[in-house]
Amino acid sequence: MKGLLGTKVGMTQLFDEEGRVTPVTVIEAGPCFVTQIKNKENDGYQSVQIGFQETQSKKLSGGEKGHLQRTSAPSLKHLREFRIKGDLDVAEGQILKADVFSAGEYVDVIGTSKGKGFQGGMKRHNFRGAQITHGQSDRQRAPGSIGSNSFPGRVIKGLRMAGHMGADRVTAQNLVVVKVDPERNIIAVRGSVPGANGSLVVIRQAKKK
Amino acid sequence: MKAHILEAITQPVNPNVPEINPGDSVVVNVRIREGSKYRVQAFKGTVIRVRKGGNDASFTVRRIASHGVGVERTFLSRSPRLESVEITRRAVARRAQLYYLRNLTTKQSRLKEKR
Repeated sequence: MKGLLGTKVGMTQLFDEEGRVTPVTVIEAGPCFVTQIKNKENDGYQSVQIGFQETQSKKLSGGEKGHLQRTSAPSLKHLREFRIKGDLDVAEGQILKADVFSAGEYVDVIGTSKGKGFQGGMKRHNFRGAQITHGQSDRQRAPGSIGSNSFPGRVIKGLRMAGHMGADRVTAQNLVVVKVDPERNIIAVRGSVPGANGSLVVIRQAKKK
Repeated sequence: MKAHILEAITQPVNPNVPEINPGDSVVVNVRIREGSKYRVQAFKGTVIRVRKGGNDASFTVRRIASHGVGVERTFLSRSPRLESVEITRRAVARRAQLYYLRNLTTKQSRLKEKR
């Protein structure tokens, strides 16, 4: 099982021996606790549930406390599942550190993108807007036509318009792991990662590599 | 940022880079790779900006090249490519970013020496 939960710390740059610069996102990943292993017989599918980030026990519900007690894990803020195929290499109660991954590997990082609020078509769907010259006034950021006339006489469902943007689940695929510090549970991946600094991210082995 | 995170990701400070201030005249010696060989190239000019920020710290040097064309180059302060930085003159700079030098002629752009 190759997966971890972490918080995005922020971006910086690292130098190699030649002096080349790599832009990296630093993620504080772990310690993660294996809180439950689900199997075909009892749950209908196979997965590993891991938890991350200790919190005050008063912030958890009774159900959550009971669930964590089963594996004598501390009070954890986040629980996530990783579907697995084939053999298990983890056990309930095990603590995962950042050395699940090693430098040079490819990973996908899943986060929640920054919320942008209610946005128009130009920002949200990359519409072009209208021309600024030729006597135009106050139509410059308008979406243009949204459909035909009496046939079909309605606007087609799913047409792209203005609306709420951001705060979506976003996956950044095939990022290279540049640096791993298992003692301090720090992982640095090349490039950017969705979400604000301090937000929860899920790191998994790259699906498409 | 938490101390243990900083510890894990902080890049070593380049010992060849002294403390630089805006207005300083400097000679920056940069290691450049040509094929498999390395050579050192010097860039001489005035520091017009110093950015702090740990790994991302940088400074910008401006010089007047031939035909009076201004050339600016930004160096990363912690880059191992910087062989040495010599400060040849320190001048009085009354602001942190000396962008106004871009609009001045060579003669006007001379800065008063710090004593």
